Amino acid sequence: MAYLKINHEKIGAEEKQALIKICPFGAIVEEDGKLNITSACKTCKLCVKKGPAGCIEFVEDETAPAIDKSLWRDVIVFAEHDGAQVHPVVLELLAKAKDLTKQIGHRVCAVWIGDSAEGAEELLHYGADVVYTYTDAALKDFSVLPYARVLEDFIEKKKPCAMLVGATNIGRSLGPRIAARLRTGMTADCTMLEMKDNTDLVQIRPAFGGNIMARIVTPKTRPQFCTVREKVFSAQERTDAAMGELVEMAVPELPEGSVVNSVVKKEKLQSIADADVLVVAGRGVKKQEDLEELRKLADLLGGQLACTRPLVEAGWMPAHCQIGLSGRTVKPKLIITFGVSGAVQFAAGMKSSDLIVAVNTDPAASIFDVAHVAINADLYEVVPLLAQKIMEAQA
Amino acid sequence: MNILVCIKQVPASSNVRVDPVTGVLIRDGADVKMNPYDLFALEMALQLRDCFGGKVDVLTMGPPQAKDVLLEAMYMGADDGMLLTDRRFAGADVVATSYTLSQGATAMGDYDLILCGKQTTDGDTAQVGAEMAEFLGIDHATNVIRIERVTDAGLDVIVNFEQEVYNQTMEFPCLLTVEKDANVPRLPSYKKKKQVDPARVRICTLDDFADQDATHYGLSGSPTSVEKIFPPEKNDDRMKLSGTAAECADQLVALLADRRLI
Repeated sequence: MAYLKINHEKIGAEEKQALIKICPFGAIVEEDGKLNITSACKTCKLCVKKGPAGCIEFVEDETAPAIDKSLWRDVIVFAEHDGAQVHPVVLELLAKAKDLTKQIGHRVCAVWIGDSAEGAEELLHYGADVVYTYTDAALKDFSVLPYARVLEDFIEKKKPCAMLVGATNIGRSLGPRIAARLRTGMTADCTMLEMKDNTDLVQIRPAFGGNIMARIVTPKTRPQFCTVREKVFSAQERTDAAMGELVEMAVPELPEGSVVNSVVKKEKLQSIADADVLVVAGRGVKKQEDLEELRKLADLLGGQLACTRPLVEAGWMPAHCQIGLSGRTVKPKLIITFGVSGAVQFAAGMKSSDLIVAVNTDPAASIFDVAHVAINADLYEVVPLLAQKIMEAQA
Repeated sequence: MNILVCIKQVPASSNVRVDPVTGVLIRDGADVKMNPYDLFALEMALQLRDCFGGKVDVLTMGPPQAKDVLLEAMYMGADDGMLLTDRRFAGADVVATSYTLSQGATAMGDYDLILCGKQTTDGDTAQVGAEMAEFLGIDHATNVIRIERVTDAGLDVIVNFEQEVYNQTMEFPCLLTVEKDANVPRLPSYKKKKQVDPARVRICTLDDFADQDATHYGLSGSPTSVEKIFPPEKNDDRMKLSGTAAECADQLVALLADRRLI
């Protein structure tokens, strides 16, 4: 098995301290005068790359059987729909899949599961070369066991290279379930995707719970699964002509899943994800009452007020107004942040917005790394002035 | 009803960054806490036990110091704990982590219900629950906001999807991930802290598992690998407005007007 090998003979007192210090997870410890690596290790390999040379080396797994990657073809999008409409993330993933398959010559396909295939044809106007449909009355409502069985059947028959799944609650339930069944990799909430010539999908996402991005690959297994949130990528324009074909698949024998007793449509909340303009309140806002000024500004701009995690935790704003990895992903035409520091978890939820304006008193705030327009000033000075000047401009 | 709750110790601070010069990860402060999402799962389990009897055990995987998170759960009312710790578990991705937890759950006992938080604050993947259920061969539901009804055979749960709310019947044994704010978690009790016998935390290694094949765990059992870590990209195409607040406001309004945003 692949592991980190400690070359004790090369490690003196100085190296020992350097190695203990370099591990960000505190996984290198001294036990009975010798270094040991505990299970806190996340195999970031920093000790190998940045530590004293040769002290710790990474020993590759040589026995792992290599799969023939050329047998696994096409990038598949899971076509989530509610019976009436396909989820918007599906169209975005189709556009991204088109992009990814260009250099490897694979097709873009979709898998449609439901009680009817009505609506599946629409995907052919958004870049799908083939839409595979599985229809059965038992597949009307989402239930993880039957749905996972269908995907398993599809993968057995079609051997896809990669499978892109929307990071919806359904996608996050079904995707990992089937990935575990096939013991293959599943990377959640990717913010960027790239394709290598050898068909390895490079999945990029924030990692280790910090201000860090990671490039993740699934080098030894197929298919490669990932989830992507809505509005991270852009859908392509609908083409007038349907470009591909629908292929009906035989439904395998389905396991009995949990019984869905009722489905209640939620009242549609005004969603920050649908707004063209967002004004965002961050921790720089001192009191809950001060949010009113920001709300007024949002109204003037024809937009909505959103916020960062601390404001939801403080109970100042409802959870559905939160932007970021634990909130919503947004992509408005204009987003203005006030007093937002710009943690990577927040930035991941908004950085594909068309125009990002940031107002912050700290010139070193990381929000300025993603902003297109940086204003290093106090929001309490800027907000009233801005509101007044917008009113003047609109008058 | 016997319930197992899976919990995780996470860094208390999310202030981790990459030194742009050396490429080394910097983590400010070594403080840890229980993953806040797990509190809702634990509270749901404790309430079920209070109503229907049975037992609530807690399971975690991590370094030896992760024992603290099990003790904290026991101060809140959990009965027994199990810590899965082994150098061979290190470097696990979602698949290897879920598999290790499923082996741990099996080693620990027979449960009607397994509860997990909906995600962790350090990994944010929200996948371990579903993968663990697959490895255990039991049904699962994610994002459960409420348990509506409990019978001898199973339970009716309310599941939160983006546009819809499902009421569905799950048969025992099954695994649920519990939505944030599903309940108000209780605080650890000082009295329990005095009573809890730390020996009720069992420490397990790979040697205690049914599957002894080390290639199924840790780095070797992980289909994904991290190729590279890097600081988030900076936006170079950046305009910096300067001057007084009034001057900045003027420039911004002009810019927005120019882009037809006002």
